[in-house]
Amino acid sequence: MKELVKRLTEAYGPSGFEAQVRAIIAAEVKGLADEVRTDGIGNLFVLKKGRDSSHRALVAAHMDEIGVMVTHIDKDGFARFTRIGGVRPLGLPGARVVFANGLVGSIGLEKLEDRTKVPDLDKMFIDVGAKDKDTCPVKVGDAATFWQPFAAQHGRWIAKAFDDRIGCAVLIETLRALPKPAYDTYFVFTAQEEVGVRGATVAAFGVEPDYAIAVDVTPTGDTPESHPIAAGIGKGPAIKVMDRGMIVHQGLKDWMIRTAEEAGIRYQLEVLEFGSTDAMAMQTTREGVPAGVLSIPTRHVHSPSEMVDEGDVQDSVKLLAALLSRPVSLE
Amino acid sequence: MTLLKELSEARGVSGREDEIRSILFRHIREHIDEHRVDALGNLIAVRKARVPAGAPVPRKVMLAAHMDEVGLMITEITKSGLLRFQPTGGIDPRLLLAKKVLIGDNKVPGVIGVKPIHKLKAEELEQVPKYEQLTIDIGVTTQSAAEALTHVGDYATFDTAYEELGPFAKGKAFDDRAGCAVLVELLKHDYPFDLHAVFTVQEEVGLRGARVAAYSVEPDCAIALEGTIADDLPKKKDVSPTSRLGGGPVLTVMDRTFIAHAGMLRHTIAVAEKHGIPYQFKQPGIGGTDAGAIHLTREGIPSLTIAVPCRYIHSPVALLYIKDFEHTITLVRETLRTLTLDIIRPEA
Amino acid sequence: MDCKEFLQRLSEAAGPSGYERAIRELVAEEFRRYAHDVQMHKMGSVIALRRGDGEEPRRRILLAGHMDEVALMVSKMDEGFLHVAEVGGLDPRILPGQEVIVHGRRELPGIIGARPPHVVTPEERNKVIPLHELLVDVALPPEEVSQWVRVGDLVTFRRPFIPLQKDWVAGKSFDDRVGVVVVGECLSNLAERWKHSWDVYGVATCQEEVTFLGAITTTYGIRPDIAIAIDVTFGSMGDSADGENFQMGGGPAIGYGPNVHPKIHQMLVETAKKLEIPYQIEPLPRGSGTDAWPMQVSREGIPTGVIGVPLRYMHTPVETVCVTDIERAGRLLAAFIAGLDASTMEKLTPRLDVEA
Repeated sequence: MKELVKRLTEAYGPSGFEAQVRAIIAAEVKGLADEVRTDGIGNLFVLKKGRDSSHRALVAAHMDEIGVMVTHIDKDGFARFTRIGGVRPLGLPGARVVFANGLVGSIGLEKLEDRTKVPDLDKMFIDVGAKDKDTCPVKVGDAATFWQPFAAQHGRWIAKAFDDRIGCAVLIETLRALPKPAYDTYFVFTAQEEVGVRGATVAAFGVEPDYAIAVDVTPTGDTPESHPIAAGIGKGPAIKVMDRGMIVHQGLKDWMIRTAEEAGIRYQLEVLEFGSTDAMAMQTTREGVPAGVLSIPTRHVHSPSEMVDEGDVQDSVKLLAALLSRPVSLE
Repeated sequence: MTLLKELSEARGVSGREDEIRSILFRHIREHIDEHRVDALGNLIAVRKARVPAGAPVPRKVMLAAHMDEVGLMITEITKSGLLRFQPTGGIDPRLLLAKKVLIGDNKVPGVIGVKPIHKLKAEELEQVPKYEQLTIDIGVTTQSAAEALTHVGDYATFDTAYEELGPFAKGKAFDDRAGCAVLVELLKHDYPFDLHAVFTVQEEVGLRGARVAAYSVEPDCAIALEGTIADDLPKKKDVSPTSRLGGGPVLTVMDRTFIAHAGMLRHTIAVAEKHGIPYQFKQPGIGGTDAGAIHLTREGIPSLTIAVPCRYIHSPVALLYIKDFEHTITLVRETLRTLTLDIIRPEA
Repeated sequence: MDCKEFLQRLSEAAGPSGYERAIRELVAEEFRRYAHDVQMHKMGSVIALRRGDGEEPRRRILLAGHMDEVALMVSKMDEGFLHVAEVGGLDPRILPGQEVIVHGRRELPGIIGARPPHVVTPEERNKVIPLHELLVDVALPPEEVSQWVRVGDLVTFRRPFIPLQKDWVAGKSFDDRVGVVVVGECLSNLAERWKHSWDVYGVATCQEEVTFLGAITTTYGIRPDIAIAIDVTFGSMGDSADGENFQMGGGPAIGYGPNVHPKIHQMLVETAKKLEIPYQIEPLPRGSGTDAWPMQVSREGIPTGVIGVPLRYMHTPVETVCVTDIERAGRLLAAFIAGLDASTMEKLTPRLDVEA
């Protein structure tokens, strides 16, 4: 699994430009599924038939990651840029970004008038080493992501884009581990989550599932002077109760807790005061879909170096497999 | 450009687009096969396929241009007959001082008053006015006199004459009457598929008309036609002008509401280059259009936005370059004529 | 229906967004008296259907009042004290010194602690205490707290109903149990004295305060021809409306703006005039912030209306309302519904004036 996670996290895939990630996943799931297809926005649907085909489950993990997009090339060949998703300016200067074709840029900073304030993106630029505007190899509209290698040490993994390639990895491993799900189960690798849960919006409309679970990362409160958050890494997968975009369906959440307890899988409960996941969009589809979230606790979310615990990831696969193996109860 | 003049001078703030809808219908009725008006007030017109297709083509293509403009709504009539108001859609309050407006269906004229410079303290000159501090004066001195002419809930619009200044056109509400005018012209041509022209309502308050229209039309793909931001005045810093007048039709790669369909974008660029039509990219990350709502409808609709660059949108007076307007019509028309199913098919 | 008594029952029960079960049961019990059918929707709303006497297929009108309330949720345990997150929008300044109920494995009374002035520095006194620094104290030893409470448990205000003078009352969660009472009052009026040809769906929606989940999903399912949201609006602190605030006891506020179909607005105003029900006009230049906002853009689009009941101190445990305004809103809606007939939808279709 580690090798798969390395490949997934090092792949290029900002929102709207997920093709490279989609290709890796499509190759991985070949032979594991009854049907594989894509749609117009770029979602990848992997259907695994279940014991009972009169019901449908949907599990989603998003392929896209946050990134930047070029807005302007100045006369000297420096590229101004905007954010794709929730990129925070703190930590950007000095970071390296990579474009779809492998071209690497360094993020530079203007001379600051006030060095006590965090400058916004309009004070920064991408330097690809161009000589001038005309010969600059990038153009307006080109997207880039952080350029960071994967690292593993004593059971902890560090990489960019664990949000949400780790969710993609959990889905792929669950597909491998799961003999036959209870229901026809759509493993959906969604596009454009970071810019407004867009892939999940249209995917859920099409699949019309009986219930849905998003597998995504959640920030933790186990680092120095952090916001009060109960979740931490190394304490098992988190079952979400609430975030900024949704209140998880009470019956579905209780069923997830019961399933974890009955299967003897450790878990934590998650209450998050900011951010949301694909489940938010799936919940409001059509007449409504009871939707829950299985979260992988992740430190330093949306930074170029996120961190997860290997045991949490393994347990997330176990929990997702346990959930999909049994009929849902929404009481 | 007489149509753009008529549309620009007509009034239609979000939620009250009736006048624009009637004008548009009058101009398109001869060119369409079907039409309907939905519950929100969208005008949905269909021009059926009239030419054979060379290759497999989409069944239905939706083009959207929004009829509504930003404006003001009267929220209170004071004891002294002055009208308080709030914006509908985004209007910078710094633009409001000493402007003329027309209020309600009866077009009652009014002016947005401001304290004379003689009486202003130095620090007041530095202050940005707040909506709560501004009033419209319609020339009465009592609440009852004002209530005889206007009502709480009336919309007010800027009163700006359309005029052509050499190769430029000046007027209000080019966002998105320019798009509406482009769409009317496009309805005069033949395509190998059913063209669903939707003149949408309530774009400025959250892309609301386009959302329900796309749900009912269920097109295979869609293009939003816009009058978009040109911030191309000289600047100290070498940064994006968002778009510029004279640069040709503006293509969106990504804005706050959507990321353009890659296949449709590539196709449009190829068409522009083949026909020698100038084009430019809008500064990514800025603004939003009806495409933002359309592309998320049902199971997703491949979408694109093509716009006429306009200076000073969301203000009493905007400016566009007529050649850009004409190029936009040509670019969209040629893009549609050569649009095949392959272009919008999902990638494997 | 006794509006005041029903409001008291609803107000004193707990039903934060997503956890409306207790309210759901009270609403179903009351609505059943005036409806032909009451269903629980899978996402948590209650749908009461009162059939009309018109020929099938009948037109449908949906009335929505939301039953969820703003609340807090345990986000972390700290030595027996509870950190909380908000469910819906709360002003953190109202929290210190409030009594609450923690809905754990059993209900525990709690206090949101406030440190006495003696130990607070002058600088601290000038600063608002942010939510993440507030703690709920349930007066139990830490081991016992973790036995009863865990992360994700709800915390609601503990506030018995407060009768003020005459028909004025105060309490918690009037936003929008008041709307639910209006829907009930309308159904009760229809049952007792109005013939109506349309089917009426009285819906107590869930999760308005966070995502409009109930309104989005029930509107999609019911596919109404007309939808009206009934919510509270800002009560004026003076004796008259002032544009953004509405007179207490001045009657329901009838919304107008992009979120409201102009003909529905007009029909509501005409109905109020005919019945001599006092009313106010609420200009809504942008959205309405009510269930009507998502209802309007459901499917192919739905003509919507907005009715507001003036209320002071919104999102606090001392929300104040004038019960007569609730009764008036219910009566207004019943008369409006009685006036709906076979030609109504035609009137709602915008005209294309080609002679212009």
